[in-house]
Amino acid sequence: MKNRRKSTLLLVIFAALALCLVALAGALMASGAGIADFTRKNLPPGWGHLFGTDWMGRDMLGRTLAGLSLSIRIGALTALLSGGLSLALGTACAVFGGWVDGCISWIVDLVMGIPHILLIILISVACGRGFWGVTLGVVLSHWTSLARLVREETLQLWQAPYIRMARQLGASQGEVFRKHLAPHLFPQFLTGVILQFPHAILHEASVTFLGFGLSPEQPAIGVILSESMGYLATGRWWLALFPGLSLVLVTALFAGVGERMRLLLAPASAQE
Amino acid sequence: MILEAKDLTFRYPCRRAAPVLKGVSLVLRTGERLGLSAPSGRGKTTLCKLLAGWEEPGRGQVMLDGGPLPRRGLCPVQLLWQHPEEAVDPLLKLRATLYEAGQPDPGVLEGLGVRESWLERYPSELSGGELQRICVARAMRPGVRFLLCDEISAMLDLVTQARMWRFLLGQAEQREMGLLIVSHDRALLERLCTRILDWEEVEGLGETRKVRQ
Repeated sequence: MKNRRKSTLLLVIFAALALCLVALAGALMASGAGIADFTRKNLPPGWGHLFGTDWMGRDMLGRTLAGLSLSIRIGALTALLSGGLSLALGTACAVFGGWVDGCISWIVDLVMGIPHILLIILISVACGRGFWGVTLGVVLSHWTSLARLVREETLQLWQAPYIRMARQLGASQGEVFRKHLAPHLFPQFLTGVILQFPHAILHEASVTFLGFGLSPEQPAIGVILSESMGYLATGRWWLALFPGLSLVLVTALFAGVGERMRLLLAPASAQE
Repeated sequence: MILEAKDLTFRYPCRRAAPVLKGVSLVLRTGERLGLSAPSGRGKTTLCKLLAGWEEPGRGQVMLDGGPLPRRGLCPVQLLWQHPEEAVDPLLKLRATLYEAGQPDPGVLEGLGVRESWLERYPSELSGGELQRICVARAMRPGVRFLLCDEISAMLDLVTQARMWRFLLGQAEQREMGLLIVSHDRALLERLCTRILDWEEVEGLGETRKVRQ
């Protein structure tokens, strides 16, 4: 029973369930999480409030879940958008070649040359911060490495005799892409998209923590963490510890799934 | 129809060294079976790629009835690849591969001995000879006027080889196709071809002509 295919499948199912549960619970609790109740402020973790409460008497478990839920939704959206962007631009590079390739490759180098966090802050501020600012910032800074991978794979496939055969037998570029390229690109693409999740979530949290992302009234992990900084010195450790740990856990879950998928789908390690 | 190579020169972009082909010229007419024999490494396969339009020559031209090869749709010049396992998509069932350009003639499948049961399998489940027969069947489209056979029978046993060539010669006659048969098996070429060229006669022909003039 100890084979990687089965254990990976179990892990993927478990992770997907856990993440869906968090996303769902957070979305349901989002409205209740913001309610202030000054009769129960600054409670340490206990049975009533597992993660404790803050200085306004808000339940930290609810706020954490709501924040994670928002992070997961932003992560999913950005992974999908940047995945689509890299697929389109990467294949365009390889198929059209010439100045199209030169242009897109130049943009890829340019974007990769700027540190991620700087680029995200710039784009987020330029787009007026908030949900769309963060999402666009992460999407526009994260498509490059996957686009480069897709470009190289497509270039190699485009030279393969069976694709040349299809072309000489009259298949159009669209048909070649649908019938021959897409099935070959899919494993790398899927892995790339899943591995983009943890990046997106961490960047969203860090940009928000620095104050350039989501607005303070939104239940975001970055907001919770940056607020809790002011209370750490007064001994309220639970305000930062539990939300921080949950963020690490969710990120690790995504990264683990992505890594397992990579090992399983890569030809060199698929049979181990 | 006439397929003509005029003074082709070609070098692969990654290699700075001498060009693979230098001043290669060749004329192939429909209804003709031209044999080309040369030791390995001279650029036979590269010449076939140029003739089929897979690569663009650095200098010189490939002409079909005086014009360039069509860029869209079914190409009247079809290359049959030396390694059939590279010429079929490993992720597609062979039925999809065979039907790439449309439904094949049932007579073609029968003539080549392609079994119906092969078509439900993936390329890795068939032998090289079986795959090659499917590749030949795939190229037998109504609009095809020239077949470039680049060492296509090297992986077949003698009986199958004989059967495939008998089929190809019959089809070439019936459809009035021109065949270019590339092999280093001189005896095979002598059995099959109406005309045989050595590599020396093909390469630098343009230059020697100029010298003679």
